[in-house]
Amino acid sequence: MNSTSRLDTRLAATKADKRPALVTYITAGDPDPDTSLDILRGLPEAGADIIELGMPFTDPMADGPAIQKSSLRALNGGQTQKKTLAMVQRFREHDRDTPLVLMGYYNPIYRYGADRFLRDAAEAGVDGLIIVDLPPDHDQAFFDAARDAGIHIIRLVTPTTKGERLKQVLRDASGFVYYVSVAGVTGAAPPTQDSVATTLAAIREHTDLPVGVGFGIRTAEDAAAIGRFSDAVIVGSALVDCVERAESPAAARQALHERVRDLAAGLRCRTCP
Amino acid sequence: MSVYSMQPDANGFFGRFGGRFVAETLIPLIEALQTCYKEARDDREFQSRLAYFQRDYVGRPSPLYRADRLTDYFGGATIYFKREELNHTGAHKINNCIGQVLLAQRMGKTRIIAETGAGMHGVATAAVAARLGMSCIVYMGETDMERQQPNVFRMQLLGAEIIPVSSGTGTLKDAMNEALRDWVTNIDDTFYVIGTVAGPHPYPAMVRDFQSVIGRETREQMLDQEGRLPDSLVACIGGGSNAMGLFHPFLADDGVQMIGVEAGGHGVESGKHAASLSGGTPGVLHGNRTYLLQDEDGQITDAHSISAGLDYPGIGPEHAWLHEQGRVEYVSITDREAMEAFQLCCRQEGIIPALETAHALAEVARRAPALPREHLMVVNLSGRGDKDMASVAEYLGGPSR
Repeated sequence: MNSTSRLDTRLAATKADKRPALVTYITAGDPDPDTSLDILRGLPEAGADIIELGMPFTDPMADGPAIQKSSLRALNGGQTQKKTLAMVQRFREHDRDTPLVLMGYYNPIYRYGADRFLRDAAEAGVDGLIIVDLPPDHDQAFFDAARDAGIHIIRLVTPTTKGERLKQVLRDASGFVYYVSVAGVTGAAPPTQDSVATTLAAIREHTDLPVGVGFGIRTAEDAAAIGRFSDAVIVGSALVDCVERAESPAAARQALHERVRDLAAGLRCRTCP
Repeated sequence: MSVYSMQPDANGFFGRFGGRFVAETLIPLIEALQTCYKEARDDREFQSRLAYFQRDYVGRPSPLYRADRLTDYFGGATIYFKREELNHTGAHKINNCIGQVLLAQRMGKTRIIAETGAGMHGVATAAVAARLGMSCIVYMGETDMERQQPNVFRMQLLGAEIIPVSSGTGTLKDAMNEALRDWVTNIDDTFYVIGTVAGPHPYPAMVRDFQSVIGRETREQMLDQEGRLPDSLVACIGGGSNAMGLFHPFLADDGVQMIGVEAGGHGVESGKHAASLSGGTPGVLHGNRTYLLQDEDGQITDAHSISAGLDYPGIGPEHAWLHEQGRVEYVSITDREAMEAFQLCCRQEGIIPALETAHALAEVARRAPALPREHLMVVNLSGRGDKDMASVAEYLGGPSR
């Protein structure tokens, strides 16, 4: 299986299973490189369908306190772009099927060298990229190179993305569409179901891609509620909070995987309201 | 039209610098701002309201003052001060705040947010917000709050709410991150007043335009007083708004040399500085591509300067472009050199400049002695130093020394 199709295959499978995919975010290197790799490796078994791996950045402007702290823990532990890619490579030694997308800010990629980064990421087994601060109308060459490298560019749609802009954002989207369900930073209050349902309908008028919903989803109940009308549910801050609160790396791993199991069960629950 | 008056392009780029590298949520907001700003620029009523506030509230035009004693002291070039420190609230910052808060009003926004480093932009924003009846929230790094106590109190007196920012290094860049997080959360009623020529398009161009009143006046005043254009312009640079305001109206005048002065901290070679052009590399932060202080991994590194207002790891994208074009020369001045120039200005001219401004004065001290008296050098006296008394006292080891 080539890497481009891993995301498509997995999202088709969860759809056939009549349930939304669970997308779990962790920050690479949080709280330390070894624990982070352990956490990553255990995610699929705990119930993650797709992994979103954060590339830590000193200035995460779109993130709330949980992911800010998580990024700092990772950076203080010596995490770098190179180490993050190596981590993906080691994950791929044991897992060829779980799609993995990298999420982060443009500067560390730009500094790494965009072309070199895309090549190394593809080689490591990265399936997609979510770059918070790279809008679709800038650096077209980067997007073209990503496509050539077989890496999906996951586009972000937000509550303010409407009309022509929505069309523009979705034009070259691939993999899935990430709906940022609230105006705000990560880890905010959850969205209302009505607002999400309405927007998702609008997004689906312009794309056939699966739509994942993220921002503010913390509990199995939140996930189940949002999962009723989305193709994927994305959880991040609630997971990295497990690392923040844990007293040891082992406890962090255990608590985080426990939370993922709980979320996965919520999405598979057919009798829940 | 010169190549300089046509920048930025439609996407907000000055060459490869600038742009609008922000979260998608903010794109429609900055597009709306851009539309409103374009309309306001051509709206006579807006312009006359702006002119009214500039004259009667800010106190413009600010004098172009010939600093005779300093000129004699150096024994070289004739030195002029563009007296922006005489503006209401004590710096050039208010030129931009007036413009942006009037725009906010025009857009029907009621809540003003701002970031501040030394506090001058915060004070100016708080003042204008009070005057125009808007609520005002200022994000300020905890480190900066400590070294700029008087400005914190000033903002509070003006009715602003100060939110301390402890993330990162607790300085200007962290305050800017936090302001962006506020904006992305409060999208309906909030207007973000950026204090320098940085951030996503249209901010760099818009702030430049509002600050260009400095250069336009200087031009007129110099023609009036000396019958010709100046030979050189000198200004300090954190983000670069006072420098851009002075430089921009002269960019097409080949005979006018321009020098931007970055904060060298302990020296660029020491790694403890805030000189993005002299010691940085291109990257993307706070909505624009520009020169940044960053490590090999693209992580933003701490800036250092004795002056809180220059303590920023980036620089406005137009400066980055002018640097690569070679139109403006960018140099750096250390904490020590700035402090010497600070004291010199106090004693020779009876003017206490801001520590930021002292960096520009230190560059004047380097250049002026070797130049002939006919050389007309304008330094932007961008702010006054009242706010810096504690930092200066600490540096000098007590007020009596």
